[in-house]
Amino acid sequence: MSAPDPGRAEVERVAVTDEAAVLLRELRGTHGPLMFHQSGGCCDGSSPMCYPEGEFRVGAADVHLGDLDIGAPETVPVWMSRSQFDLWSHTHLTIDVVEGRGSGFSVEAPTGRRFLVRSRLMSDEEAAGI
Amino acid sequence: MAVYAAPGQPESIVEYAPRYENWIGGEWVRPAKGRYFENPTPVTGQTFTEVAQSDADDVELALDAAWGAAPAWGRTTAAERSLVLNRIADRMEANLEKLSVAEAWENGKPVREALAADVPLAIDHFRYFAAVIRAQEGHSSEIDGDTIAYHFQEPLGVVGQIIPWNFPLLMATWKLAPALAAGNAVVLKPAEQTPASILVLMDLVSDLLPPGVLNVVNGFGAEAGKPLAANPRVRKVAFTGETTTGRLIMQYASENLIPVTLELGGKSPNVFFSDVAAADDSFYDKSLEGFAMFALNQGEVCTCPSRALIQDSVYDSFMARALDRLGTIKQGNPLDTETMVGAQASNDQLEKILSYIDIGKREGAEILTGGERVDLGGELSGGYYVAPTVFEGNNAMRIFQEEIFGPVVSVARFTDYDDAIKTANDTLYGLGAGVWSRDGNTAYRAGRDIQAGRVWVNNYHSYPAHAAFGGYKHSGIGRENHKMMLDHYQQTKNLLVSYSDQAQGLF
Repeated sequence: MSAPDPGRAEVERVAVTDEAAVLLRELRGTHGPLMFHQSGGCCDGSSPMCYPEGEFRVGAADVHLGDLDIGAPETVPVWMSRSQFDLWSHTHLTIDVVEGRGSGFSVEAPTGRRFLVRSRLMSDEEAAGI
Repeated sequence: MAVYAAPGQPESIVEYAPRYENWIGGEWVRPAKGRYFENPTPVTGQTFTEVAQSDADDVELALDAAWGAAPAWGRTTAAERSLVLNRIADRMEANLEKLSVAEAWENGKPVREALAADVPLAIDHFRYFAAVIRAQEGHSSEIDGDTIAYHFQEPLGVVGQIIPWNFPLLMATWKLAPALAAGNAVVLKPAEQTPASILVLMDLVSDLLPPGVLNVVNGFGAEAGKPLAANPRVRKVAFTGETTTGRLIMQYASENLIPVTLELGGKSPNVFFSDVAAADDSFYDKSLEGFAMFALNQGEVCTCPSRALIQDSVYDSFMARALDRLGTIKQGNPLDTETMVGAQASNDQLEKILSYIDIGKREGAEILTGGERVDLGGELSGGYYVAPTVFEGNNAMRIFQEEIFGPVVSVARFTDYDDAIKTANDTLYGLGAGVWSRDGNTAYRAGRDIQAGRVWVNNYHSYPAHAAFGGYKHSGIGRENHKMMLDHYQQTKNLLVSYSDQAQGLF
């Protein structure tokens, strides 16, 4: 499986806004434990896709970016394809939520809200920890 | 110049039902749970109709209808199916303006584009597949003097198709025309962002197809898309969208051992060699238009030329002219025939584009023009408008590597041919590309060296039915358009026939 390199584990790569955490707790009530896989490509690409944990099969082609604490008994793992990670690894991601209309098979779509990734560059200190 | 009346106003040529159900078995069918979702127009942000919010029960109902219709439809002659497709095309042509206004209102695209491209291309696509199915032939092979291998094409049966929101009618047509021509029955799920124009089309052509041959189930991906894509009663799934959902669909398909066609987008390079500027003539003007093509359909095109690579020696003069050219683009009410750039399709799309503009700035890319949301005032204030935006930076930046799906181009320089090809191919994707040169050898070599399924040479954003379209690398699997698409919706039946009376000599 694709745990990150040990050296990377020290640096937080992904976070969640309070508002997104509220929605995740709500969705957890319907779908059970959840996971994210960050998409790329067309249409709704570049959006974080939220699935019931295990619905999307991750493998050697994926990187585990971290786990979101949403105030539930378990955390929410966030994954990205390794090839995409090579291009995104210098940025820190925050999963936020906006009003929106659906996307792929992501479970929040019927709520009229949509998860969105906000990015910032890693600080020098963070980059040194990578 | 004309401004079409907005749907909902008495003089509008489009009248939407207040509510749409699912189109199943040749009739409108209420969703099993009786739920509907609001459908807003990106032109103003206001809801204009409600659409069925379906789930697995509705998908099963549609599959019942499709399997009920598939055997008889699959046995019709090519001539009969061809006639049906031609009639659909004729009906669409007779309603060109109505469909174009519906498409603009639904998606936010300029009606000028829908009138000139989306709907005429869809009409032609039906006619193209009406034609090629008549001309398709099986073939036979003479194995030896007494043994012949006959090859016949047979339909797959029932196929599932999941449609994106950027060209709702045209993308539905790309999938429907070959599937129906080949004799399949279809269950189609439009994008939840843009279901209504396809439903307007269903209303128009409902009498032309036998009941159950084409079924439309509306709803969200998680509730209606998954039960379709994962269904063991579907013989093939075709999807246009992004990589994570593409992988998920392949995962479901692997469980059912069925084929998929996936079109998953790109980050298409548009490469301008220095000789384009060798003369200030009509060719140079054409190449400047080619640069501006990133703004077509508000950049919501899988093949958006969102990376422009321009040779160093002419970079400054080319960019000065290109930015002048962008200044003449008219952004405004999508229902105004003068408008060239309209609204982004949804609020979350708008937010995503703005978040990319933000990360582009943080990574140090320079904004040469645009870079902000546009408020067009009045009723349009609630719509989702972004100014055509040009970033200058380098290919390692995220705005050069990710599909923003907005009117945003990232521009970089290259030194020579090898540098151009290296940068062009430094991407996860390989759907489209543009090459601009007056030198035939350079243009040909670059076209062959760029790893993409469609390379436009000295043109861009042209989509004729008779040219194959599809991706290399992470851009997907399979092709759309061209008669080869029939293969994606057919089985090959081999009849291996012996005309000898003699035992084979094995037992």
